[in-house]
Amino acid sequence: MNEAEARLHAVAAKRWRIAIWLSILMLVAYYGFILLVAFDKPLLGKILASGTLASGVAVPGLSLGILLGALVIVAAWVLTLVYVNWANSKYDHEIHELAHLRG
Amino acid sequence: MEAGTNYTAILFFFIFVGATLVITYWAARRTKTTEHFYAAGRSITGFQNGLALAGDYMSAASFLGIAGLVAMNGFDGLIYSTGWLVGWPIILFLIAEPLRNLGKYTFTDVVAYRLKQRPVRVASALGTMAVVLTYLIAQMVGSGTLIKLLFGLDYTLAVIIVGCVMMIYVLFGGMIATTWVQIIKAGLLLGGATAMALIVLSKFGFNPINLFAQAASTGCDPAAPAGSQMFCYGQKVLEPGTKVVTGAWDAVSLGMALMFGTAGLPHVLMRFYTVPNAKAARVSVMWATIWIGFFYLITFVLGFGAMVLVGQKNILAVGGGGNMAAPLLAQVIAGDVFFGFICAVAFATILAVVAGLTLAGAGALSHDLWVNVIRGGHAPQHEQMVAARASSIILAIAAILLGIVFEGQNVAYMVGLTFSIAASANFPALVMSVFWKRFTTWGAVSSILFGTIATLVLIYCGPTIQLDLLGPKAPPAGSPADVVAAYQAAVAAIKSQWFYFPLKNPCIYTMTGAFLVGIIVSLLAPERSAQEGFAEVERRAVLGEPRGAAAE
Repeated sequence: MNEAEARLHAVAAKRWRIAIWLSILMLVAYYGFILLVAFDKPLLGKILASGTLASGVAVPGLSLGILLGALVIVAAWVLTLVYVNWANSKYDHEIHELAHLRG
Repeated sequence: MEAGTNYTAILFFFIFVGATLVITYWAARRTKTTEHFYAAGRSITGFQNGLALAGDYMSAASFLGIAGLVAMNGFDGLIYSTGWLVGWPIILFLIAEPLRNLGKYTFTDVVAYRLKQRPVRVASALGTMAVVLTYLIAQMVGSGTLIKLLFGLDYTLAVIIVGCVMMIYVLFGGMIATTWVQIIKAGLLLGGATAMALIVLSKFGFNPINLFAQAASTGCDPAAPAGSQMFCYGQKVLEPGTKVVTGAWDAVSLGMALMFGTAGLPHVLMRFYTVPNAKAARVSVMWATIWIGFFYLITFVLGFGAMVLVGQKNILAVGGGGNMAAPLLAQVIAGDVFFGFICAVAFATILAVVAGLTLAGAGALSHDLWVNVIRGGHAPQHEQMVAARASSIILAIAAILLGIVFEGQNVAYMVGLTFSIAASANFPALVMSVFWKRFTTWGAVSSILFGTIATLVLIYCGPTIQLDLLGPKAPPAGSPADVVAAYQAAVAAIKSQWFYFPLKNPCIYTMTGAFLVGIIVSLLAPERSAQEGFAEVERRAVLGEPRGAAAE
């Protein structure tokens, strides 16, 4: 195996490591949410913030469950952007230098 | 209750169909080879493909269904919203780039890459068809029912119209027309839903928490009969209920099906071949994730808006079990014209999704089965095009017939079935073929067959079929004690049968099982040629196809 081939392997292995770690983070975030839904409903029903009615009265408006659900969606965005940023700058650059291996 | 004929909606719908048929005519003149027909000439940009993916994926079930679920149950709809989104980062991290670099038209290309073509393609085409057909049934039945509600058209007529318009897109315009139909639909759906959400929020000081507070503090629906507890929302709308998730294992299993099923949907995977390279594939998933996540957040607001501004009783009164929440909300906040517009968008949504499904099914029938199995990979270009178009016609006719035959079926369970099969049959084989050197032909075949058959059998033996469809009807509240006791005894008798399977969604067993079967069979009978081919898979997954190979 020559030097370029070894570099290709290293780059590929690095991408898989990052991909798998990000996948695990996504799984943890989502399953954390789902398992709380399944096992600890009262906790998710905990009220975090109040909203104001038209009459000006403040009443419970935001539960932990709704906040966490929205955060799962935000987490999906953040992880996606982290990966795309890394891949577009670092990974593509490395691949470009190894393009002659395509044969 | 059936709506009267809704002329505004029909007018908007005709404008949409007219515009998309013009695009189809334009696309038809550019569709000369299979590269155009299946992959839009690989000329779609990452941003465009991201929108098209969103248009392919955001079905009427997720727009009308989730809005309805939230309007009727509050928080619980969020379980589906998150589940339907979190599969996308998984596609991005694990699937999109190798898929684009290793395949040509279908995900089967990737699974079969270093394995024996014929057996793998037959099995994989079977997995694809199982997913495509169950999802087509869900979409067609859903569309017929919806159109009856939205437009006041006859069910059978509605199914035939959807089938025929979709066939014209696919048959003449192939992937180019389908892509643009999906992009336009995504734009209309995102634009319409955003406008609705803004109008709703404007009534609550642009603070969703005020909207949730209003829902939680509304004692009982003013429209409900006095003394009825049925439509009292209260603070429970902010908390997890029991509607979606009945038990812990059901929740985990459903989550698996939603998450990994997305990564095994053939019509979604096929879209990655429409872009020029792996980087564009990556960028398209990023945009798809952003749009789809945004859409689900908005749908949650719309659901609460419908609960507060329309009222649960009024939503149920028009029929469709809550599915009409979003269109009714449009009517309440912005009048009949906007209602017609949202109805037409829902119709367009169905068309875009069934067109994508039909194209994926045609890919399996003609590219995988006809060209690569029957003709051994050597068929002249014009024959491939004939096969592709013939398959599209077969699928469109099948879609119409299945839609008519399955009228009145429970759509939600068909969608659950689709995602379960996709997660169990397609996802494990795809992942192992890219990641695992010792994966073999028979490992792939047995994994796919196990995933498909086990899912079908366990769903048949599960509560959805045995209790909800075949079991006794629950007696109405207030029935005499002996009637209730007889019902409970009948349910207990079904549950104690040897074949009864307690989970609604079997994915936790079937997907894990498909991985295990694939691993065990591969280890029992190693395949040298498959191992030797893995170095090339690794290299090509990273670098893409060899120079010059693309100009085929």
